[in-house]
Order: sequence, then C-alpha cells, then structure tokens
Amino acid sequence: MMKSRSREEVFFKALMMGSLALVFLALTGIVAVIVAKGLSSLNLAMILETPKGGYYLGKEGGIANAIIGSLYLVTGATVLSFLISLPVALALQKEYLGKRFADITRLALDILWGTPSIVYGAFGFVVMVLLGLRASLLGGIIVLTLLMIPIMARAMDEAVRLVPFELKEMAYAIGANRIETTLAVVLKQALPGIFTGVILAFGRGIGDAASILFTAGYTDEIPTSLLDPVASLPLAVFFQSGTPVPEVQARAFTAALILLFIVLVVNIVARLLGWRFSRNILR
Amino acid sequence: MKDRLPSRPLRKRRILEWLGVFAGRFVLIVINVLALGIFCGLLWKAGPILQATPLGDLLFSSDWHPLKNSFGLFPFIAGTLAVTGLAMLMAIPVCLLASVYLAEYAGQRFREVARLVIDILAGIPSVIYGLCGILVIVPFVAWLGDLAGASTTGYSLLAGGLVLAVMVIPFIISISVEVLRMVPDPVRESALALGATRWEAVKYVVLRKAKRGLLAAVVLGFARAFGETMAVLMVVGNVAEVPASVFDPAYPLPALIANNYGEVMSIPLYDAALMTAALILMLVVAFFSLTAHYTLMRIGAANE
Repeated sequence: MMKSRSREEVFFKALMMGSLALVFLALTGIVAVIVAKGLSSLNLAMILETPKGGYYLGKEGGIANAIIGSLYLVTGATVLSFLISLPVALALQKEYLGKRFADITRLALDILWGTPSIVYGAFGFVVMVLLGLRASLLGGIIVLTLLMIPIMARAMDEAVRLVPFELKEMAYAIGANRIETTLAVVLKQALPGIFTGVILAFGRGIGDAASILFTAGYTDEIPTSLLDPVASLPLAVFFQSGTPVPEVQARAFTAALILLFIVLVVNIVARLLGWRFSRNILR
Repeated sequence: MKDRLPSRPLRKRRILEWLGVFAGRFVLIVINVLALGIFCGLLWKAGPILQATPLGDLLFSSDWHPLKNSFGLFPFIAGTLAVTGLAMLMAIPVCLLASVYLAEYAGQRFREVARLVIDILAGIPSVIYGLCGILVIVPFVAWLGDLAGASTTGYSLLAGGLVLAVMVIPFIISISVEVLRMVPDPVRESALALGATRWEAVKYVVLRKAKRGLLAAVVLGFARAFGETMAVLMVVGNVAEVPASVFDPAYPLPALIANNYGEVMSIPLYDAALMTAALILMLVVAFFSLTAHYTLMRIGAANE
C-alpha cells in the first residue's frame, strides 16, 4: 500500500518535471531557431538599407523600412494610448465616481482587452473608409492605439488600486484635494506599475500583425508623412515567409530576429527598471 | 508640493480639481463608448447579410461561394473550433502539470525565475510562432502524416493546433500558478499532517480548492487562442472545407478575415459576411473572457 502511494508520487512528480521541461524546451527552442536561422542573413545592409530593386527576388537591400516603420507606429501608438490610459486608470479610483460606473468601465475594458486584434483591424478599416483615409501610418497608429489602450489601462488600474488607502487618507487629512492627492501621492506610488503597463502594451503593439494588416499597408519607402503607407516588422516577417524564393524566406527569419530582439530587450530592461523604481514605494 | 500647496488660492485649487474630475469622467465615458462603438460598428456593417440570409443558414451552411452570393460560415466556424479545441487538448495537461510543479514543488527562487522567463516568452509576437511553425512543425506533421498513411502537405489542423498550443501555454501557466499560490498554506499543511504525500495533498486538497480558478485560467487561454490570427493562418492550410481529420487543412474565422478583407469591396455581401465573422469572434471571446475574469475576481475577493 505504502509502496504504491510513493510510486504514484514519484510517477506524477516525474510527469510534472517532464511537462515543465517540455515547455521550456519548446520556448527556448523557438528563440534558438530564430536566432540560428536569423543570424545567417543578418548584416548591416539588412538593418540600414531599404529594399532595392529585385529585393524580393533575393537581391540587394534590407528592411530598414520595416524597422523604422514599426518604431514610428508603436511610438505613436504608445504615446496616444498612454495619454488616454493613465487618466482612465486614475479616474477609476473610488473617490472619483460611483462603484457602478467604475464596474461598467472595467467590464468595457475587459471586453476590449479580450477582443482579438483582427477584429480591431477590421473595425479600424471600416472607420478609415468612413473617414476617407487609406492604409497609412495614421491609420496604423489609430488601430494600434485602440489595441493597446485596454492592455495599458488595465495594468495601470491594477497598480493604482494597490496604493494603500491610508496613504491617500493622510494626504486628504492635511487638506489636499482629490487631484492633488492623485498627482502627488498615487502617481508616485503607482509609478513602477504604470511603467510596466506601458512596456507591456509596447511589446504587444510592436509584435501585432493582424491589426495593421489592412490599416497600415506595406511599402518599401520610409514614410515622410502621416498619410503615407508604412511597412512594419511583423508584416515583413509574414510577407517574406510566404514567398517561394529561399533567400527572401531566410530574410523573414532575420526580420523575426530583429523583432524578437526588440521585444526581449524592452521586456528585460523594463523588469530591471521596475525593480529599481519600486524601492521608494510604501506598502 | 508640500510648501507649494497652501500658497495656491483655494478657488484656483477648486477649479483645478473640478477640471481634473471632469476630464477623468470624460475619458471613462470615451472607453465605454469605444467598446459599444466597436460592437455597433461591426453589427452595422454585418447588417446587410444578417437581413438577406437567415442566421441559421449563415452559421450552419457549408456553402461558401462568394461569387454566387452564398455565404455559409460553417466551415470556418468548425475550423476555428477544431483548431482551438485541439490546441487546448494538448495544452491543458502540460499546463496543469507544469504549473502544479511550479506552485507546489519548486523552491521560491526557481519559481520566481521560471515565471519571469515564462512571462517574457508569453510576449513573443505571434508571427514568430508562425514562422517557427512553418520551419519545424509543418514538416513534422507531414512526416507524421506519412507514418499514419494520410496524404498531407503538413499545412493542417494538427499543425495549427500545435502552434496554438505552444502559444497559449505560457499564458495559461502564468495564471494557473497564481491561482494555485492563492490556496492558503494551512490547507496543504493539514493534508500533509494527516500523512498524505505531497501529490496526494495536491490531488485531494489543493486542486479541489483551486478548481474554479484553474478552469478560469483555461477559459482565458481558450479565448486567447480563439481569436489568434497570424500564427494559425501561416500553418493551417486555409482550405474552406470542414476538416475530416487532423491532417486536413482548416480555415479558421480570423484567417478568413485576414486573407480576404480589404479586397472585397466589389462584392457587397462579402464585406458583410466577413464582418459577421468578426462579430462572432468578438462576442464569443468577450463571453468567455468575461466569465473567466469574474470567476478570478470573485476568488481573489474571497481570499482577501
């Protein structure tokens, strides 16, 4: 009896360790594959040049258009969604409004958070047609902003809610009003969480392809105005992986490597900074 | 701030506060309008086909011939359900076992590091999963198909399911570990004190206590997988037929929208049919993620 029980214990423990090993193996495998395949056609020209004539047949050029384009798109969208998300998160505090309204807004944010990015893409396209816009940097930024707002706002809301109410009460007790308390106390206390939210949304935004598929377009040029179409890294990966030319397919991996590099570096730096920021937090 | 506060006249401070509160309410209204607006916008654009075709035909007919004006979404709905279901079938056991290990067996340090790595990996863009799928999983599935005696290119339901499973695993593990850690320690300890082995404590006590939370984690993963577009689109084959085996290609709803939207303006009802697909995605995902969120929130509240 005892023997079979301990055998069961050993069996399941082995099974669990096996699963965890499998997970790590799969995930590190992905990184390894991308790095190994991507490095083979990585060179300075890939990063610094835009596609030249015949690029898509395997000739000269690089994907600077997609790198710059992605950075334009995500920087614009991050700034816009920050400007909307931060007030949303701060206004969701209980001293600003009734519980009912806050609950409904959180519900709306949850729905928006779950909405697949392809739906944002389709909806964004409808809006752009209504406004008479064509696939452009502006369109891409707007759709990415819609996608990033719920991610950012929910993370920030979480951080703002963690600020102890006693701390706010102290500010109120010395006569500060709600805005003063929010700006001087809450904002400072929630800063690491707010920062994490921004980074989280940035990471999701830069890697998302489905939402900008119809709204940002794709071009070999670096855009000079908001109304120009713009290339992006995820779409560079997607389009190049679909061509029959082996050299171009190899470049899909290089584009993926650059994208992966940006996402990982941003994530890791954010977590390190988050630790440093959280030193002057009272809990 | 401390010495600046009293010097500002009270009236000015009041006005500033009022402005701030007003701005706050305004952005909250914007968010609600946005959610409602997306839903209404999709409904409005889907309107023409919802009027022209009975809903039953639209959802359950397999007749997809846009040029002949027949839009049966069933192959795509079946494709989405099959791919997502298959992915969950593969992901759930692995996720549960791995998260039980992380939450119950692993040391504090290892757990923290593992969760950090998993969280970072959860942020890998979906095109990258798709690209690896093309390189590794598609040939693997083709080889598997040869072994099983099925003729397949590898671009199939199984390939889509595998890629999707790998994608949602970090997401589900991340939530599951959190749920398991929420089970209070005395619960475990009392089981262990009665002479249960660690696994028995998990099996009879911890898992039972965390059941609803784990279900919520799985449902959230399902909702995430249901709407995933690019990674699946790249490996699933995209043939508009109800797949008969896992080696057949499938054509999920998100892939349908991604492949055809933007070029369909010439056929009036086509546009509306794709919008219906988007509407279905939004409604299904909203339903599942809301139920899961509320379950998790209730559990969180009960533990405080």
